[in-house]
Amino acid sequence: MSAVFYLSAFVAVAATVMVITRVNAVHALLYFIVSLLSIALIFFLLGAPFVAALEVIIYAGAIMVLFVFVIMLLNIGSEAAEKEKQLLSPQLWAGPALLSAVLLGEFIYVLGHGGARAGGIGIVGPRVVGISLLTKYVIGLELASMLLLAGLVGAYHLGRRQEAGRESGERS
Amino acid sequence: MTQDIYLNHGLILASVLFALGLFGVLARRNIIFVLLSIEVMLNAAGLVFVVAGAKWGQADGQVMFIFILAMAAAEVSVGLALMLRMYHILKTLDADAAGRMKG
Amino acid sequence: MLELLWLIPALPFAGFLVLAIAGRILSRGGIAAVGVGSVGLSCIAAFAAAAEFIGQAESGHFYVQRLWAWLSVGGFTPEISLYLDALSLVMMLVVTFVGFLIHLYSSEFMLEDEGYGRFFAYMNLFVGSMLALVLADNLLLLYLGWEGVGLCSYLLIGFWYKDPANGRAAIKAFVVTRVGDTAMIIGLFLLFMNLGTLQMQELMRLAAERWAVGSGLAVAAAALLLVGALGKSAQLPLQTWLPDAMAGPSPVSALIHAATMVTAGVYLIARTHLLFTLAPAVQAAVAIIGALTLLLAGCSALTQKDIKRVLAYSTISQIGYMFLALGVGAWSAAIFHLMTHAFFKALLFLGAGIVIVSLDDEHDMFKMGGLRSQLPAVFWTFLIGACSLSALPFITAGFYSKDIILFYSLASPLGNRLLWTAGVLGAFITSLYTFRMVFMTFFGEAKSHVHRGPGMRMTVPVVILAALSIVAGFVELPHSLGNIRMFSTLINKALPAMAFRAGASEAETTLMAFAAIVSLLGIFLAYILFYEKPRYADSLANILPGRLIKRFWSSGWGFDWLYETFLVRPFVWFARTNRDDFTDLIYLGMIWTSRGLNNMLSLSQSGKVRMYATGIALGAVLVIAIAVFL
Repeated sequence: MSAVFYLSAFVAVAATVMVITRVNAVHALLYFIVSLLSIALIFFLLGAPFVAALEVIIYAGAIMVLFVFVIMLLNIGSEAAEKEKQLLSPQLWAGPALLSAVLLGEFIYVLGHGGARAGGIGIVGPRVVGISLLTKYVIGLELASMLLLAGLVGAYHLGRRQEAGRESGERS
Repeated sequence: MTQDIYLNHGLILASVLFALGLFGVLARRNIIFVLLSIEVMLNAAGLVFVVAGAKWGQADGQVMFIFILAMAAAEVSVGLALMLRMYHILKTLDADAAGRMKG
Repeated sequence: MLELLWLIPALPFAGFLVLAIAGRILSRGGIAAVGVGSVGLSCIAAFAAAAEFIGQAESGHFYVQRLWAWLSVGGFTPEISLYLDALSLVMMLVVTFVGFLIHLYSSEFMLEDEGYGRFFAYMNLFVGSMLALVLADNLLLLYLGWEGVGLCSYLLIGFWYKDPANGRAAIKAFVVTRVGDTAMIIGLFLLFMNLGTLQMQELMRLAAERWAVGSGLAVAAAALLLVGALGKSAQLPLQTWLPDAMAGPSPVSALIHAATMVTAGVYLIARTHLLFTLAPAVQAAVAIIGALTLLLAGCSALTQKDIKRVLAYSTISQIGYMFLALGVGAWSAAIFHLMTHAFFKALLFLGAGIVIVSLDDEHDMFKMGGLRSQLPAVFWTFLIGACSLSALPFITAGFYSKDIILFYSLASPLGNRLLWTAGVLGAFITSLYTFRMVFMTFFGEAKSHVHRGPGMRMTVPVVILAALSIVAGFVELPHSLGNIRMFSTLINKALPAMAFRAGASEAETTLMAFAAIVSLLGIFLAYILFYEKPRYADSLANILPGRLIKRFWSSGWGFDWLYETFLVRPFVWFARTNRDDFTDLIYLGMIWTSRGLNNMLSLSQSGKVRMYATGIALGAVLVIAIAVFL
């Protein structure tokens, strides 16, 4: 079991590294989907099948697909060359790399010195999650749905391809 | 137990993913990649929650992950719409091109 | 009638208020009516008060009219109260009468000027302040009048403000007299601190009781008051402002800088004469300053081109005579000379004003000439004034007043030969420059032509003043000529009688004859040098010593240069270098710091989202680091 965990963890990390270093956006997206799938497997191993399914269906299946569609919509073939130049400059990613490394170091330090130890691990099924969601966290649920509504309306408004929409865009 | 190892290492995995996502946000100039890296970070945060929930054997971690998921969905849709709008106006996807707030 | 004493200063002040408020809407005639009328009514009231006062001469030596309490601060309660005794009576009559004549004259002189209303407003304010000065019961009210006349002098010198040179002259006058005023107020502080009152009679009585002759306090107070008087009366070393003050209109020069304001210093010393008797050193200084000034100014008047500057230096010189008289204790002689000088000097200034205006604003005497035939009335009156100034024997008022001063400068217990010699020499120089002025202006060939002559309102005052310049002397004749003592009898009700050494009265006739000869000699020499054979004067002026002396004297013996180099330049330099003075650095430092910080911090607003994200990440890392490691 642990081998699966480490394997999928390795895949996730490798895929994420590819995500952030690709030139072509669609390639990066596909790598990210791989990463998501491996994370979903890890969720399953942790005894959370519901969120594993959700990860695959919603995150990989809906959000990433949205990403893909929008990128296709943009039709940005020729900019690949331009981006390549940016990637090649070390001073550009030296700073962020340092920052991320420091952050990582902090996390590992914390985890090493007092991370989670005890506690049994059982499977927390969809039933338990559903009950918890609808009784204990019902307010959060409602707020999340309102958030989604707001996102919907906002995306619809911003994405309108009309003269009026363009005017409001130019005005701002 | 082996589950304990999972938990600690799961958190370490999440940290690694988070750091990588942070690197992507800061280092890439293309807006698409920035948004993508933000998704990476969100995903890593969600992983932390699920691991923590698994440790205590409660549903709270997963519930939190669901909320994160909803938030990510809303954010992605609005973010992409904004990106489209930006592309229409500035004709480029360079994040540094949207610099009129300078000074 | 004496109850109406308050009207005398109040009427000109009322005239000032009316003209200040409504001057713009009144017509020329209306303005003249208010301006001249207020002083005229004040003059009538003054004569009425004088008649009554002199009528009561035996019963009362003074009259006090309390108007209201001015301040009441911690035991210090000066009042607005008017004090009429013989001295202030004479001053008041001179101020109102000469003032009225000059106002009448200027109603025609300033007729074309657009600032007509403003002019009369200022003149009325001046007359009101001067009357407040001479009628004041306490030194604080006197100081109020003192400052008021100083202000009006500034306003009137710079009356034609559109020319910046006039403004500079006005400022110079104000600043130089300010030096004197500051000394005077310090003197007032000293007097109040030590004697507890500023009411003049009370003050002098207390001073006589408490201070010994020659004590430090008396010397200090008298010296400070003397400096104040020097400033106002343009004596050494504060005399530099008066020649430049001729930038004002001629009536202003006549009223302020000849007849009234510059005599305020003489009045002050005469009023506080007891303090000066308590400080003999200071009184001697008064005499010496007077003697030096009259010589210095006389020499300077000899080399001037501008007709008004000659008269200005002449004024300084004649006030030097008054100071000389005060210094040797000849109090009533000083006041007598003050009165006659007011008449003939005002006359000379008004005549000069007519000449200047008739020649279309020509001040340079070298460009005048032959006006005798073109302006006959002016010529005769000017000649009478000049004769009075030169102390032409027996028939002019100036002779009698100057003669008394010369007599007492030798005969008084405080006088000595040196002072007398200076006075006689000064008389010689006086007649020399006076007749130089007359010959250059009225005789010889005409170099400019008269465009129009003076009208009635300008001619009548000069005629009246000319008449007074002759007859005013007859109220005080010396012992040998009839011994009329009207004037000194009157004045001696207020001032101590003049003393002279034993055996001096025999010498009086000799001295008088000597003075008469000297003045005639001066006239004769002027006739030769400036009329008959002008080449002698020119050749004298052209040799090198002559040229140097001429330059030195015409610049007022270099006082302007002295003050400019040693006082004005260092001060201006200091002010300029201290413009960014170091105490400002505190505030400037704050400004620079915040600006620098702003510049630095605004670099972080690059508009790039990635930069902001970096900032957030950096902050997060730091916070976590602090939370974890600390």
